[in-house]
Amino acid sequence: MKKIIHKCFFIWNFDKEEKWLNEMAAKGFILNSVGFCRYEFDECIPGEYKICMELLENKFKDIENINYINFIEETGAEHISTYVRWAYFRKKTEGEDFRLFSDNASIVKHMTRIIHFTALICGLNLYTGCYNLFLYFYGGSWINLGGCINLLLGIFIAIGLLWFIGKRKKIKAESQIFE
Amino acid sequence: MSNQALTEAVYYILLSLVEPMHGYGIMQNVEQLSNGRVKLAAGTLYGAINTLLEKGWIVALSGEKGSRKKEYLITEQGKKMLHSEIIRLKELLENGKYILGV
Repeated sequence: MKKIIHKCFFIWNFDKEEKWLNEMAAKGFILNSVGFCRYEFDECIPGEYKICMELLENKFKDIENINYINFIEETGAEHISTYVRWAYFRKKTEGEDFRLFSDNASIVKHMTRIIHFTALICGLNLYTGCYNLFLYFYGGSWINLGGCINLLLGIFIAIGLLWFIGKRKKIKAESQIFE
Repeated sequence: MSNQALTEAVYYILLSLVEPMHGYGIMQNVEQLSNGRVKLAAGTLYGAINTLLEKGWIVALSGEKGSRKKEYLITEQGKKMLHSEIIRLKELLENGKYILGV
């Protein structure tokens, strides 16, 4: 039996998304496909699978990504789906952990990738929002609602991004002592 | 460069590749060598393998036809790095033993 759930997560809270997907798997619903704020699950034995997600380095169909996904699958995991460069993997486990990164250096590298990706979205929204404000004040045009939404969204993403950068800083500081 | 410490992951990957091994084999071997203490995650291993290939410390062997799995092997340069790391580790251990008297 399939189950579809609509739910939204912020990019910088991807670990919450991962936790929720693992909680679903523990209840007997394993992720089958992902769309915009849309998750499709299949039934499974509760606790049979664990899930991990990663923002891929390149565009999905890039040969490097295909090589990477093949490599992960060789280690017993299964690629479920990729949505806007976010790849979702699942692995059958008998209680043991399933992680894609096991040291601080690779965790920080992944976080940096997320920061660059989010900064691009943030920058585009801020630019569009500010450009619209500029047109309103200096170009004599009407205030554009879309532009205002872009500006607010840009500010909101910037706040999330700063929080995420702080989180990475803590891990970086820790890696000066521990690997 | 030779004074730099290798990460635990890189040290065990190099040590595993004294014999040809594919990715999953490395993960299992490292876990076994360390009595289950070091569990390399696949993403971390992939990044380390690519860096080691770029540095020329390991090479990818041409696999069997039709097989997607690649095997890797340590190079002479990689062995040199392992040897200098063992000397460094010995120094750490001996100093620790001497000062703490353990």
